[in-house]
Amino acid sequence: MNKSIDQIYQKALEELKAAADSQAIQNVSVRYLGRKGIITQFLRNISKLPADQRPAAGKQANEVKRLLDAASTETLQRLNASVKTTRGAIDVSLPGRPAPGGSLHPITQINQRICDIFTEMGFEIAEGPEVELDYYNFEALNFPKDHPARDMQDTFFVSDDIVLRTHTSPLQIRTMEKQPPPVRIIMPGKVYRCDSDLTHTPMFHQVEGLLVDENISFADLKGTLTAFVHQMFDQQTSLRFRPGFFPFTEPSAEVDILCVMCRGKGCRVCSQTGWLEILGSGMVHPALYENVGYDADRYTGFAFGMGVDRIAMLKYGIDDIRKFFENDLRFLSQF
Amino acid sequence: MKVSLSWLKDYVPIEIDPSDLAEALTMVGLEIESVSDRYGYLDTVHVGRIEEIAPHPNADKLHMCQVDTGQGKVSVVCGAPNAKTGMLSPIALPGTELPEGFVLEKSVIRGQASEGMLCSEGELGLGEDRSGIMVLDPSLSVGDKLASALALSDTVFEIEITPNRPDCLSVIGVAREIAAIQKVGLTYPDFNLVDKGNTISERTSIKIEAPDHCPRYVARLLEDITIKPSPFWLQERLLSIGQRPINNIVDVTNFVLMETGQPLHAFDFDFLAENRIVVRTADKGETFVTLDQKERVLDPEMLMICDGQKAVAVGGVMGGLNSEIEDSTTRVLLESAYFNPISIRRTSKRLGLSTDASHRFERGVDPAGQIAAANRAANLMVELGGGRLISGLIDEYPNPQSPKSLKLSVKNTNRLLGTQVQRKEIAKLLKSIEFTVEKKGSKKDEDFLTVTPPSFRVDISRPEDLMEEVARLAGYNNIPTTFPLMPATGRPFHKEIDVRDRIRRLMTGFGFRETNNYSFMHQQTADRLRLKTDDPRRQRVDILNPLAEDQAAMRTSLVPGLLETVHYNFSQQIKNLKIFEIGKIFINENPRDLPSEPEILAGLWTGSRYAASWHGPAADCDFYDIKGVVEGLLNALKIDGIQFTRLPENECDYTRTGHTAQILSNGTRLGLVGEIHPEVLANYDLKQPAFLFELHFDHLVPLIKGAKQFKPIPKFPAVFRDITIIVNNDIETQKIVAEGHNRAEALVESLSLLDVFEGKPIAEGKKSVSLRVTYRSPYKTLQDEDVTPIHQSIADRLVKAFKASLPA
Repeated sequence: MNKSIDQIYQKALEELKAAADSQAIQNVSVRYLGRKGIITQFLRNISKLPADQRPAAGKQANEVKRLLDAASTETLQRLNASVKTTRGAIDVSLPGRPAPGGSLHPITQINQRICDIFTEMGFEIAEGPEVELDYYNFEALNFPKDHPARDMQDTFFVSDDIVLRTHTSPLQIRTMEKQPPPVRIIMPGKVYRCDSDLTHTPMFHQVEGLLVDENISFADLKGTLTAFVHQMFDQQTSLRFRPGFFPFTEPSAEVDILCVMCRGKGCRVCSQTGWLEILGSGMVHPALYENVGYDADRYTGFAFGMGVDRIAMLKYGIDDIRKFFENDLRFLSQF
Repeated sequence: MKVSLSWLKDYVPIEIDPSDLAEALTMVGLEIESVSDRYGYLDTVHVGRIEEIAPHPNADKLHMCQVDTGQGKVSVVCGAPNAKTGMLSPIALPGTELPEGFVLEKSVIRGQASEGMLCSEGELGLGEDRSGIMVLDPSLSVGDKLASALALSDTVFEIEITPNRPDCLSVIGVAREIAAIQKVGLTYPDFNLVDKGNTISERTSIKIEAPDHCPRYVARLLEDITIKPSPFWLQERLLSIGQRPINNIVDVTNFVLMETGQPLHAFDFDFLAENRIVVRTADKGETFVTLDQKERVLDPEMLMICDGQKAVAVGGVMGGLNSEIEDSTTRVLLESAYFNPISIRRTSKRLGLSTDASHRFERGVDPAGQIAAANRAANLMVELGGGRLISGLIDEYPNPQSPKSLKLSVKNTNRLLGTQVQRKEIAKLLKSIEFTVEKKGSKKDEDFLTVTPPSFRVDISRPEDLMEEVARLAGYNNIPTTFPLMPATGRPFHKEIDVRDRIRRLMTGFGFRETNNYSFMHQQTADRLRLKTDDPRRQRVDILNPLAEDQAAMRTSLVPGLLETVHYNFSQQIKNLKIFEIGKIFINENPRDLPSEPEILAGLWTGSRYAASWHGPAADCDFYDIKGVVEGLLNALKIDGIQFTRLPENECDYTRTGHTAQILSNGTRLGLVGEIHPEVLANYDLKQPAFLFELHFDHLVPLIKGAKQFKPIPKFPAVFRDITIIVNNDIETQKIVAEGHNRAEALVESLSLLDVFEGKPIAEGKKSVSLRVTYRSPYKTLQDEDVTPIHQSIADRLVKAFKASLPA
């Protein structure tokens, strides 16, 4: 090769190697390959060479031009790639474009958890009307007319024989009327009572359960509800069963859990008792079997009911039940 | 019900401490609501010493006493004649609430400041003496709290008695449970009533004209009674449970009511016309003034106790002002009756009058307890009133009831409870609460017990009632914990519940917050929503006894609840909301029947589409934002064939005309999407546009296919061709898209809207609509000649159908 063209080529390569940014590469490229560049000049000056040297020199110069052009492109690409990965970084601390932020109502979340626990055990979900006949809400559940037990539930009346259901229990009767035993259902839904303060709203939510089969005992009731409490709260939660009264169960039991706030020491939430009442339950009263035509000698069963709102209050540490129905976005967005 | 520990101890020895007793009672079913110190009110009463006595400058009978309270000296105005320097006496400090209901405050008496009160026994509820201040033993330490200095201690339990246990609405009833808990005996009150002969029937008579309402009426007669205050022990008993003493006769009736649970009534015999009692129902419209001085309007279902001429008491509820015991009373007719619980409950409810007596009668008193209670009271009245008992008693009891026995199977008991309690143990538990238990029948019949409940246990009528007694006395916590046998069939699928859950999650994915609004609404809601007069949502279910006006009907729409939620949040300075609810509405189709309860999904978006940020400025949401949510939701649920067409003007009510689409599936309206009408916004005091959609959940569910079917991924490339036409701008774009996409043209895979443009150079009243057609064959790569004829026919069809032109 012509000595001078080779020197030019080597020098150009060195300069490319030294170029720190795309501008420098551009400059090198222009200096050698531009219209007035060193290589271009060289090619123009070929005509001044002796004729026998001209073809070789031209060939060499063109080859160098091609190589340099490729080298500068490659250098530029390499530089760009490294800029992309290491230089010109973006401010990753800036907030992203907001994705939509929705949420389920806390009552929905707790309700679903309760239903999940029981459906996993083998209970099926049943639903029914919220405006209900007195017969299903009271009479068939062994609350006779003019019985003081009716005072236990402050009732909204629509007419003499139509009420807003005060509990989800009417579905016990509606379901048993429709199907023969065994029955294994849970009944979530809205219920209504004429009451309003820090711990009562005229509308709230219950989940009721009913299991009727051969040989279902009070001991089974205890086992099922103990398992539920352990799933809903935690495995260490102590609970106690104590006698209570519901016209549609006998024996009836109130279920208390050790206060989740004070762990039994006594606090405002548990009225200093150390216990929180969270479930009402009992063995299905034989009068109900008579009302739906089940064989009371053959079948036994248990029923239970709980306030979803109350459990949600305990789980989330909410002290005013009315918060659930104000739908303040600052409240809803916490769940 | 309140009951004090010291009173309970009259009938049963109590060894355990009050908090353990409270726990034990709760665990047998008598839930203790509170345990309080009987003498808590004495907390601010101390032993004081009178250091100095000086005459009151402005009153002859008053002194100024300087009293050392242990924490310093206070100046007290005192009128007691027995006050002496150096004497110890109780000093009550400001804030003390005395048993008579008076709250002590710093005061100025005749121009002199008084910073406390030196008290008498009577004023402190510690005795009868009110003649002077209480003189304390000089050995007591000044400054000590009076209750501890005098070793006063008692505990008051507040018990929640469930409606099935009227037998426990008495001190003896509670004591009986304690006796059973402690496995000791119960001591009934011991008294000796001297009663020979039957003079009473010469003096008076009882006639029951309404035996259904009043199955039994027992009466006794007393003469030469002196009405005066009760002795301290009796006053103390009543005060301990929060009752105010009145006079010896009335106090005895109240005391025996609390002791035995049997309500009693004392009439001034001299006020009874013809000196006799007639028990009858009231006449229609009859009026009567009860002891509380209120005139009551009666109806023929109410039971009245009358004399020979007039009514003297509302039976079992309240006595009358006309026959009340007065200071001058000397002759007393004592009533101890059994009234029908339903009758008393109805009367009490109708009169809005609930008393200690009606509370017990409506739950059922002991049907065999009338004579014992009458005797107990008569004995006390003679003792305390200094009078004479007229011998004999009248017991009108037309249809005597005899106790019924029940057959209890030990096997069934254990089957129901999941226990293995022995027959002997069951018998022992039942006997501990006075049930009679016999092992009747042959010896082979080892399974059964014959049990007769005591007469006061009116709640026991079935073997299961006895099983409950066994369970609670054995202790619920001693019953084993087992699990029912559940078949491992897995969780059944419920489409509605599944779809509802999916919708909820999808909506949260679209950025909406779930709300939970009351199912109530104001009765004027339909007007506020501008509903048409024949709109079914005007068929309300009204509540007869609502808590508030805005909760007087069941909602017929989710819209008012969402608007109220928006209003609430606006008032909390929250202006951007994306909220939804899924819930029932209530349509009163036939007032004699239950309403229909369709389920609705509704979503509302107001305020910004996105907030201002470094990415760009804020932008307000509009119709197409909320419509996009509906489309996104329906797409995710794989519901297709949905049309959105303009809701005709005459059908728009709470949404804006021209800004509302009805959502249709095969001609059925699924719901609507649109902008809230400005008038409705104003009705809810909202000053910002809001966009809404509503879908009938019940119509939506059947449109969701149960099984999804896989379609193969296309093997050959698609060909895309666009068409632009110019049409009148009032033509709904969806119609153009629908017309363009002819299913018979098998190679057309899809046809979608690319762009809509109005304005120059398009002529006024026109718009250009650009569509993109995607062609694809499952068998080959399409060539121009395959596509061009179809594309041309689509364009021709559109031009014809919409009188369209092609762009220049």
